[in-house]
Formats: sequence, C-alpha cells, structure tokens
Amino acid sequence: MINTKDRNFRIGAGSTLVMLLIILIGLIWTPYDPNAMNASEKMAAPGLRHPLGTDNFGRDIFSRVVQGAGATFLIALCSVAIGLLVGLLVGGLTGYYGGWIDEILMRLNDSITAFPSLLLALVLIAVFHTGKYNIILALGIIFIPTFARIVRMEVARQKSLDYVANAKLMGVKSMRILFVHIMPNILPVLLSTVAIGFNNAVLAEASMSYLGLGVQPPDPSLGRMLNEAQAYLSRAPWYALSVGLAIILLVLGFGLLSEGLGGEDRA
Amino acid sequence: MKKRFLALVLAVLMTAALCACGGGKSPAAQPTDTPNGSAGEKALGGEITVGIAADLDTSLDPHVSSSSAGTREVLFNIYEGLLKPDTDGNLIPAIAEDYTVNETADTYTYKLRDGVRFHNGKTVTVGDVVYSLTRAAGLETGEPLVAELKGIASVEAPDDKTVVVKLKAPDAEFNAYMYASIIPEGSDPAAEAVGTGPFRFVSRTPQDNVVLEKFADYWGEGAILDKVTLKVIPDGQTMVMSLRSGAIDMAERLSSSQIADLNELTILEGSSNIIQALYLNNDFEPFRDIRVRQALCYAIDKHAVIDLAADGHGIPVGSSMISSMGKYVVPELVDYYKPDVEKAKALLKEAGYEKLSFSITVPSSMPAHVDAAQVIVEQLRAAGIDASINLVEWATWYDETYKGRKFEATVVGMDTHSLAASGCLARFQSENSKNFINFSNADYDETYLKALATVDEAEQTALFKQCETILTEQAANVYIQDAASFVAMQKDVGGYQFYPALYIMDLSTMYRVK
Repeated sequence: MINTKDRNFRIGAGSTLVMLLIILIGLIWTPYDPNAMNASEKMAAPGLRHPLGTDNFGRDIFSRVVQGAGATFLIALCSVAIGLLVGLLVGGLTGYYGGWIDEILMRLNDSITAFPSLLLALVLIAVFHTGKYNIILALGIIFIPTFARIVRMEVARQKSLDYVANAKLMGVKSMRILFVHIMPNILPVLLSTVAIGFNNAVLAEASMSYLGLGVQPPDPSLGRMLNEAQAYLSRAPWYALSVGLAIILLVLGFGLLSEGLGGEDRA
Repeated sequence: MKKRFLALVLAVLMTAALCACGGGKSPAAQPTDTPNGSAGEKALGGEITVGIAADLDTSLDPHVSSSSAGTREVLFNIYEGLLKPDTDGNLIPAIAEDYTVNETADTYTYKLRDGVRFHNGKTVTVGDVVYSLTRAAGLETGEPLVAELKGIASVEAPDDKTVVVKLKAPDAEFNAYMYASIIPEGSDPAAEAVGTGPFRFVSRTPQDNVVLEKFADYWGEGAILDKVTLKVIPDGQTMVMSLRSGAIDMAERLSSSQIADLNELTILEGSSNIIQALYLNNDFEPFRDIRVRQALCYAIDKHAVIDLAADGHGIPVGSSMISSMGKYVVPELVDYYKPDVEKAKALLKEAGYEKLSFSITVPSSMPAHVDAAQVIVEQLRAAGIDASINLVEWATWYDETYKGRKFEATVVGMDTHSLAASGCLARFQSENSKNFINFSNADYDETYLKALATVDEAEQTALFKQCETILTEQAANVYIQDAASFVAMQKDVGGYQFYPALYIMDLSTMYRVK
C-alpha cells in the first residue's frame, strides 16, 4: 500500500510540476501571441511551425492551450482558496465550539449543498454576470461547504484528544488552540481535500466556460477552447484533442497527488 | 488502484474515439447548387421540426414593430397583410386582390379578395382591414404601433369590397408597408394569434417550442406540410448537434463554422439579409466624439473580418442598406474607410482617447457575431484599443442592449421590415423608437424626411443614398457585411426559399421528400 501511494505521489507531483512549469513559462513567453489571428494559416494541422496546429482563426493552439491552462489553473486556485479560507473559518468555529453557532452555520452549509453545484454556479453567474472574477467567486462559494464539513469533522475529532485537553488545562486561549494546535494536525486531511477540490475546480471552470459563462472570448481558457473546438471536431480533431489532453493532465496530476498524500478515498 | 488506472486509460481512449468518430473522410461541407435543396419528389403532408436560435418575444402581437426579427420571421407564416413580398423582391396581392394609387400618391385604394378566411373560420371583411390598419397606425391612440404607418391620415371603407387609405403626405413607397398584418375586428393579437396565413398558431411552450399547423382554408396554394414544430435551441453548438442527430430537420441562419461538420445534410447558401456591424452607442462618452468612431472604422478591416470569421462568405457593406436592395446601394461607401492603423491612432490621440477601452456585447446564441467580435477585438488591439467581449443571452441582449440601450458597443445584424429604403434607414432618426444606437444628426433627420416626402423616384433614391452617406461619414457604426446565411436541412426535406432583402422564413413551400 505504501508503495502505491508513493508511486502515485511521485507521478502526480511530476505531472503537476511539468504543467505548472509550462503554465509559468506561458505567463512570460509563448511561441505565438495566443490571440493573434492569421487568415493564411487557418486550421493548419500540427507540424513544425505549430506543434498543436491552429484553430479556425489561424491562432496557434499550443500557445492558447498554455495560456488557457494558465487561466483555468488560476481560476481553480483562487476559487479553492476562497473555499478553503471560508471553510476553515466556518468548519473550525463550528467544530470547536459546537452549540448554536454550529447549528446555524452548518444548516446554512446544508442549504448550499442542497443545490446541485453546477446549477448553483449558474444561478450565481446570473446574479454576478459573466467574467473571470465572477466565476472565481461563484466557484469559491460552491466549494465552501465541502471544506467546512471536513474541517468541522476533523476539529471535532481532535478536540477530544489529550493534547487539546492539556492545552486547555494550561490555560491556552481557545483561538490559539484552534489555529495553532489543532490546525497543523488536520493538515494532511486538508491537503488531499484541497487536491480533490482543485480537480473539481478545473472541471467546473471548464464546464462553465464551455457553457459560455466563464472566461470571455477571445481570451483562452480550457473550457472555452473545448467549446470552440467542438465545431471543428472532424476538420481539426487536434484542436479538441490537445485541449482535452491538457485538462486530463491537470486533473490527473492533482488526482494522483491527493491520493499520494493519503487522504480518504472519496473520489 | 489498478481499477482506477484502467478507468483512466478508458477515459483517454474514449476521448480519442469521440474525436475519431467526428473525423470523416469527406471534405468540408460545400453548399449545393440546387436552389431548393433535395431534388426528390414532394410528399403532401407530414411534419418537420425547425430549430430556431432565439425564443419568440413574449408578445406575438404582429403590430408591435419593435419585435425581434426572429419573431417576425415566424409570424410571417401566420399573418398576412393586404400585400405580401414574393421571392423576387416584389409585392404581390394577398388579402387585397388589386390596388390603385392616385396620381399624387397620397390615396391608395385596395380591393379585397373574395373568400379569404381567418384561422377562426370567419371571412375577412373590410371592417377587419379598417380595424387592423387603424390599430397598427395608431389612428385612435395617436401612437402608431407600426412606425412606418404613421403617414396614414385615414382608413375608410366606401363599400364592402374596398378600403381607401389616405395619407398625410404623398409617399410613392407606401405599398411597401402594407405587409401590416390583418387581424379580426376587435381582437387582441397579444391574447390570441389569429391571422390569415398558410399556417395557424397551435401552441407555445416558452423557451422550448412553438407549434404551427397547416391552415386548410387558406385562400391561396397553402402549405404543403401538415405541421411544423419550431424548437428553441439557443446554443449554436447544440443546434449543430441537433441537426447531426436528426432531432431537428432544418435550421437557417447558420454560420460557416456551424455548417463545417454537417456533411450529411443539404446545405444552401444565401444572404441572411442583415447588416452585420459593430453598432456603437453614440451616447457612450468616448463615442460621442466622431473622431473616436472614425478611428474604429479605420482600425477595423471588414474584409479580414469576413475572411476570418465567415470564411469569406458575405458581402461587405459600408452603410445601413441590405445589398439586394439594388438601386439604393452606394458601392463607394464600402471602402470609405481604408484600414489604416496609424490614422486610427492619430485620430484617437487628437480626440484625447489614447487609452480607449470599451466592451462589446454579443448575444451568445449567434456564433457568427461572436466570431466576428473576436476578430474585431484583435484588430482593435493592433490599434491600441482595448475592447472586451461580453457574451449575454439573447433575451438579455434584447432587453438591455436593444430596448434598454445600456451598452457601449455590440456586434449583431440588423434587418429591414419592408422592401422600402426606410426599412433600413428609419431607425437612425434621432427620435425613432428603434434608434438603439442613439444616433442623432439633424442633417440626417432632415434628409430622411425630405426623402420620404419626395414623390419622384430618382430624386427620392438620391436622397436616401445621401442618408446612407451621412451614416458612413458620421461613422455611426462600423459596418461589416451583409452576412451570408447557411440553411441546413436533412436530406428528406426540401422547398426552402430565400427572399431578397427581407428577414423571412417561409414554411409554406417546405416539404418532405417521398
């Protein structure tokens, strides 16, 4: 078992690292301007000039995939961060104090989970309007309940352990116990949740942009590109294929990473 | 763990397979030459399902002139006027059998056709015609529902076969507006859709479908199909998928990218009879300055937009005039602004908008406009202008951009209501209710009114051309093209007809192939 975990972690870390590196380089340099159009090179097949070919506007797909992956990655990262921060706060407080705070916040939490997540995201986008930052906000809100629930469970479990009791006896303040003593101990569980959450965020961004609600054209994002690629499935299959592959690599990397980190098997 | 890995491999394979399935040997779809598509034998009866990109307006009142083109094109099958357009761009008698115009062109006399029936079974009488025209022209309320009819002074019926329309001022083009729908006397079309057209309205499920049925008592040749279901499919890609899967039998106004994968279907190419442009809100602060608007005209290369976004299909235009309206078109205006980035930059600098940024609102259900907007954004970027695209649903576009006039710029297509030049040009008068770009130019208003009042045809045409020239010189909008329209039909459907100039979907000639 240890071996598989280790292997997963390595593969996951490797794949994530490679993707991250490509994305980082893409921030500074791409072979072509991802938005530059070229009428004479529409739908060019993959070749030496364009490693992944070009799209219907003659834009270099490799450059767009790199930038699109960056946009998707950024959205996923930020929305997970929102979910995590608020989730930590809500989960920590409810798990540690219990009582009426627990009741109110967790019922609120339940009410969010009552909606199918994609539907909720659509509703939020309808309220906030489309756009990159609104997608981050909408997805962030959707991720709060998962994090809150897991943090709450873990905190409640840790609360009854000896080290917490000892700390209480020594007169350590509650907030300090919660954030300095308990939090580090739930980190492993949290990390794998973050990795899974990140996966969901990548897929959610892709679906939202696919529906035309996320990143607005002409800027690339993986979901947006998948949407555009659909029209050219037979004329330019490399388009959809390379975008799909980028999504798979991103998700696969984080998926293996989370498994390697040894969280529960929940996927 | 093994299972999971296997699942992953499967997923990758499935993605590959999905792409491979789409990849046929056949080259990109080419429009076929036969005008009506399938050459097979006509079958009487039957039914088809047609995909439409936007849901119809809430009100199906045919007299509400601000209704969207998509709604009017469906209503064309349900309602008729005294006259109606044919596929050659002429007006042919419909409910009227014949008409005469007096020499000064201010009195029009229509003779009613015998035995024209409404969908409710009643025969059309002069009372119905007087009621309909009075209502449409707003003679009682003072506010015309159909703006083009505001020139009517009175509508009278001297006997039970004749209707006389008197105008406030001579108008040689008046017959072009006589498409105004005739409805039963005293009826409220917002509540029930009763007309005289070849199809009658059966039911409607908002945002899903509209069902029409053949009207058996139609006075003319009538419809061939028994039933037509119009299915609302707001997403351009879903439309393509529905055509491929056979869920719908036909869709029109498709873009060249949409037909790319429809090899197995009959594809017809015609003009969609819309003026696609980057419509500018002339009331948006930077666009109040003519130099900024002109800078946009210089920054955008319409020929490149057509090449990139429409695969070269489309007729470049320079002003608001549908290209098939022959005598009114001013060809010199097409390239009035030669693409010149430096000039654009200089004009912006002069106007004090070196760092211009604005957003372009585009209805997401229209891929042709989304694609054009993408190219435009890219071209503007080369001139240092930061434009962004804001995709909205059609209903939002219609309410907020068109009716609410809350936008900075938008890429859409504008159609014409009638075969008269005014159909394209009326909306740019300062006070016109359809002037959603808030264009305001005293010279234009004056020339337009003068043209309307001119009886001499040559003189009038010259004045209308002058109106178009003013629009171009004032850079009211950045004109792109009279967009091509592709119609895709299953192989067992035929009979689609293109109409010049007008935005029409004539379902009566469509048929199933035996």
